[in-house]
Order: sequence, then structure tokens, then C-alpha cells
Amino acid sequence: MIRPDAPILLEIKDLHARIDEKPILHGVNLTIRAGEIHALMGRNGSGKSTLSKILAGHPAYTVTAGSVCFEGQDLLGLSPEERARKGLFLGFQYPVEIPGVSNLEFLRVATNARRQERGEEELDTFSFEDLVRERLQVVQMDPAFLDRSVNEGFSGGEKKRNEILQMALLSPQVAILDETDSGLDIDALRIVAGGVSQLAGPNNATLLITHYQRLLEAITPDFVHVMAAGRILRTGGKELALELESRGYDWVDEELDRLPSTTPVEMS
Amino acid sequence: MPTLSPLTSQAPVDPGIPWMQALLEAFSAPSPAPEAALALTGLPGRREEAWRFTNLSLLTQIAPRPLDPATAHLAGLPAPAAHTWRLPLEAWPAGGPKEWPTGIEPLSEPDLSSHLGQVLAETGVQTHWITRLNQGLAPAVIALRIRPGVSTCLEVVTDTAQLSGVQPLRLLLLVEEGASLELVQVHRASGPSLTSIGIEIHLEKGARLHHALVAQGSTSSALLAGTAVNQAPGSHYSQTSVSWGWGLARQEPVILQSGGNATTQLRGLHWVREGQIADTHSRVCFAGPEGKLDQIHKVVAEEAGRSVFNGCIQVPRLGQRTDASQLSRSLLLSDRARIDTKPELEIVADDVRCTHGATISRLQEDELFYLQSRGISAPQASRLLLRSFCQEVLADLPAAARVWNPLASLLEVAR
Repeated sequence: MIRPDAPILLEIKDLHARIDEKPILHGVNLTIRAGEIHALMGRNGSGKSTLSKILAGHPAYTVTAGSVCFEGQDLLGLSPEERARKGLFLGFQYPVEIPGVSNLEFLRVATNARRQERGEEELDTFSFEDLVRERLQVVQMDPAFLDRSVNEGFSGGEKKRNEILQMALLSPQVAILDETDSGLDIDALRIVAGGVSQLAGPNNATLLITHYQRLLEAITPDFVHVMAAGRILRTGGKELALELESRGYDWVDEELDRLPSTTPVEMS
Repeated sequence: MPTLSPLTSQAPVDPGIPWMQALLEAFSAPSPAPEAALALTGLPGRREEAWRFTNLSLLTQIAPRPLDPATAHLAGLPAPAAHTWRLPLEAWPAGGPKEWPTGIEPLSEPDLSSHLGQVLAETGVQTHWITRLNQGLAPAVIALRIRPGVSTCLEVVTDTAQLSGVQPLRLLLLVEEGASLELVQVHRASGPSLTSIGIEIHLEKGARLHHALVAQGSTSSALLAGTAVNQAPGSHYSQTSVSWGWGLARQEPVILQSGGNATTQLRGLHWVREGQIADTHSRVCFAGPEGKLDQIHKVVAEEAGRSVFNGCIQVPRLGQRTDASQLSRSLLLSDRARIDTKPELEIVADDVRCTHGATISRLQEDELFYLQSRGISAPQASRLLLRSFCQEVLADLPAAARVWNPLASLLEVAR
């Protein structure tokens, strides 16, 4: 839902970043307002996942220029946990398995960290169980997964459902979902997409990173961005995703060729 | 013309020699005896393979005399868990307690003389330095026969508190055919003391022993603990050993499956920080076919903590169809910590399955980041991961060991 007067939740300006000595982002600009759903598309290696990890505060990346404003404050100065508590959520492309840490306890500690930040009362184990059982319905997940270790031995689809369950518990202002549709069969995709749509509202925003139109049939984006060589090359409406689906990415290469000034090599 | 000054006639005296002499004298070890030779050689040094990485000089900082009174501090200990009988060590100088739980009884004199030292000889540990030291201190032997039908957990506790001195303990267990026992062994120290433990266990056919060792020390205290086990076919032995805080903790579990066809499970969890070393030298020998071993050794090393693990598995020709697995997993939480870990497999039989592995790593960065990205602070995320690392071993402790609350103490160590 596009409302030009809606408050800006996330504003990325001219973001440059590198990992080790390798520059990856070369000037990303993106503004996301409350109520909006954005889709970020592009080839493998174009910088989509890097952007999502930098926003979440992954320590392996270094921001070399630019700024990110989250609800009016400097996001880059915050630790990963502070970002999460303030309402930024990253759904991982490859959710991490943590043997020995109970999923239920993990979800409870995370939920309480967020609640504390919002000035809400922390939930004891009993009230949390009530809450989590209710939210399980968003992703139609079997309660048995609560008793297992975090993501351990989960199938690809179960891991992604667990990600959306976390999103449902944390109620973020901005959710970035990194290829949440990858590795899902049709049914799992429908459930996950349904969960995301259910959680999207006028006061929050979603950034979907995806390769496929398939997900965007289930969740209609307000904006579609095409990323290439570490920046956003083109922005359009939902029809841009359809165009990509039919034309592929070859035109991106041609367009990049016409932009000789800031190739990655020259940037370094 | 300059003259050469005469060379000093003696090399500097190894401080271990006078310390050992004083110690054996204080314990009035019989002389002449094998122990006398022990005294003259002092403490084993790095030239000996079994002590290559472990320096014993801490011992010379400990008063070489018996702790007095050895059991005075047991009063402040937590009460035993339900269905647990704490061995009244203080009763032994007077011949042991008058009353015993059902199925646990003292070994009669003829039985004692025929069994004492037998398992030590069979397993080959009687030549080990820590065994000789323990015998040199000539502690009163606590020798117990375990009959079928025991429903109590047996608890053995020593606590040297802040005292300085040496606390020896020697225990012999004869677990009869078909009998089953839980044994919780607890050693605590917070001052410059040495706790010297020698345990010999004979498990008859089909006998089961679930053995826990919970040891909490301080940087000035030392633990030297030997466990020798002879397992008859059909028996089951499991040992879960958790130690933390000791300036020096050396453990030597040595298991002989004398006829094979038995199961052995070994679990270790040792946490070391600045000025501490935890050293485990284990050996399991399969002298018959179809024996099983499942061994996991875990270490958390912080600051300049050190750990040594040497896990020996022996499968002679008689040990066909042995199924043994050994895994050593260490977390190195600081640049100054040091871990030496070595599997040692001696396999002669040709039809066996022996797996071994060793990993040394930091806390996984991707796991930490995942937790942090959900609002969990870095220290809390580390604690969650460390707790899960420990839990795998702690889960195998019998319920009676939980009153000693090792997890809480370990995580307190982690801050």
C-alpha cells in the first residue's frame, strides 16, 4: 500500500560496503515507507544478500560510505541485537542450526528482548507458550518443532516456517526476507507467503529478496527493484517483475555496460 | 692468568624430590617399599610421554602432609539427593559405619585381600605414577560389595575447603553379577590441597555401573584421579566426568573389557581458565570380541587455560568386531588458551569399527550472529551456546549429581 505521506521507516543513502578487501556495494539508495512491500530482485552475486546482512549488522562486512536511517536514527551505529530489538528483522536465506539450544527457549528469549525494548512486560514460560501456540497458526507449524533444537534437522520448508514464526513473534517494523521462497515446494510457499501477507500492515514494511515471480504472485509488491553490481539499477512497479520473468537479466548487462564510471574494479 | 672456578658438584635439586620425601614421611609410608623409589625420582617430568604437556610443579606449593582434620568441612555441604547414601568417610578410621543400605556391604577380610589391587594389575595402572602415589599415601581402603537389588545411589564426597594438605582416598567396588549401581563421586577444593583418588572397580557379568565424577577446584588445588575398571562380558560401565577450576586436574580412566562383549560410555567436560590445566589420559582395552565404546571428551578453554587429552583405544587380536567411537570437541575461547588433544588407536584385530575425531574451534560466528539478529545480546548468545555445549555431557549425569549443580557453576565461570 503506497501512501506518499506515510512515515519513512528505512532510508538507505549511497551505501558502499566491502567484505575483507572486496567492495560489494557501490552506492545503494532505497527508501521504504510504512505500509509498503518492496521486492528486490537480481542475479546471484548482485549484492542482494550482502545488503540484507549489512542492514542486520553482520560483522563480516564493513560499510565504507553512505548512511542508513531506521525510523529516524542511525542504524549503522547499532549492534545487531539493538537493531533487532528496535524492530528490524532479517529472515535468513539459510537459517542456522543450533544444536542443544531449545527452539522454544530461543523464541522466548528473543521475544522478551523485543518486548523489553518496547516497554512491554516480559512473558513467563506459561504466557509465552500461549502466545507461541497462537502464532504457530500463522505458518501452520507443528508444535512439536518447539521442543527441538533451533532448526536442527528441520527440512528447508520447516526452517523457513520457523523464520516466519519468529517474525510473527517479534512484530518488526521492517522485515527483510532473504530468499524466503528458495527451496520451498508449492504448498510450503503458499503457507509462508500467506504468513507474510498476514503480518504485513499499514504500520510496517517488508523487503522481499527473491529470484522468482512465483512469490510475488502470492504477495503483491508495491515496488520492484533490480539490483546489479552492488547498486539498484532500476525501480518499477509489480510489472517490472513480470518483465524480468519474460526477458531475463541480459538487458541488465547491457545497461551496466553503458555505465562505465563506477564499475567494481574502478571502485576498488 | 685467569683460573676457572670449580664447577659446583651438584645439579640444582629438583624441588619435587624433597617434597615427595616429606610427603611420604608425613604419611608414614612403609619403607623399604616400591614407594621409596617413587620418592627418589621426584615428580614425573616432561621427558615422560604421559606427562609431556602437564607440569606438576604446583604440587610443591602444597603442604606435604595429611589434611587435618580431613572431614571437618563436610558439614557445610548440600544434603544428598533423595535415595542417595553419602559414604561417611569419617567412620573409616574406626572400621566403617555400623549400618549399610540394602545391597551395599563392606568386603570381608579374605575377600579384600584376594581382590585388592587385582584390577590395578589387570588394567596395568599399578605402574602409573598417580596410582603409585595414591598407594604410597596408604589410605584406608574402602572396599564395598554391591549386590543385586540396590536402590540407593552411592555418593562419595571429599572437600578440602581452604585447607592446605593432601587428601587421599582409595576405593574398591565389587559389583556382583546382575547388580546395578549409581555412583556419584564429588571432589571439592578451594585452597592449596591435593586430592589423590584411586578407584578400582570390578564389574561381574551383566553388572551395571553409572559413575559420575563432579570436581570443582581452585587455581591452587590439584586433583589426581585414577579409575581402573575391569568389565566382564555383558556388563555396562558409564562414566561422566565434569571438572572445573583446578590448577591441576589429571584424570586417568582405564577400562579393560576382559572378555569383550561389554559396553563402555565415557563422557568428559572440563572447563579451564588462567592458571589451570585439565588433563585426561584415558585407555580402553578390548581383550575379547564385540565390545562397544562410546566416548565424548569436551573442553572449554578460556584465558590462558590449558587442556590435554590423550584417548587410547587398544584392540588386540582377540577384540574382533569391536565397535568404538571417540570424539574430542574443544572450544578455544581465547588466543592464549592451549589445547593438546590426541587419539591413540592400537588396532591389531582386522574386523573392527573404530572411529575417532577431534575438533577445536571458537564459538560459531554464524550461530552467534543468528541469535544476535533476534535481539539476544552477545554475552547472552555466548552463554546459550556454551550451555548447549555443556548440556550434551551434563545430560548424562545421574539425577543425584544435580544437587552439585555443575551447570550453574560452569556458567558462573563463564560470567
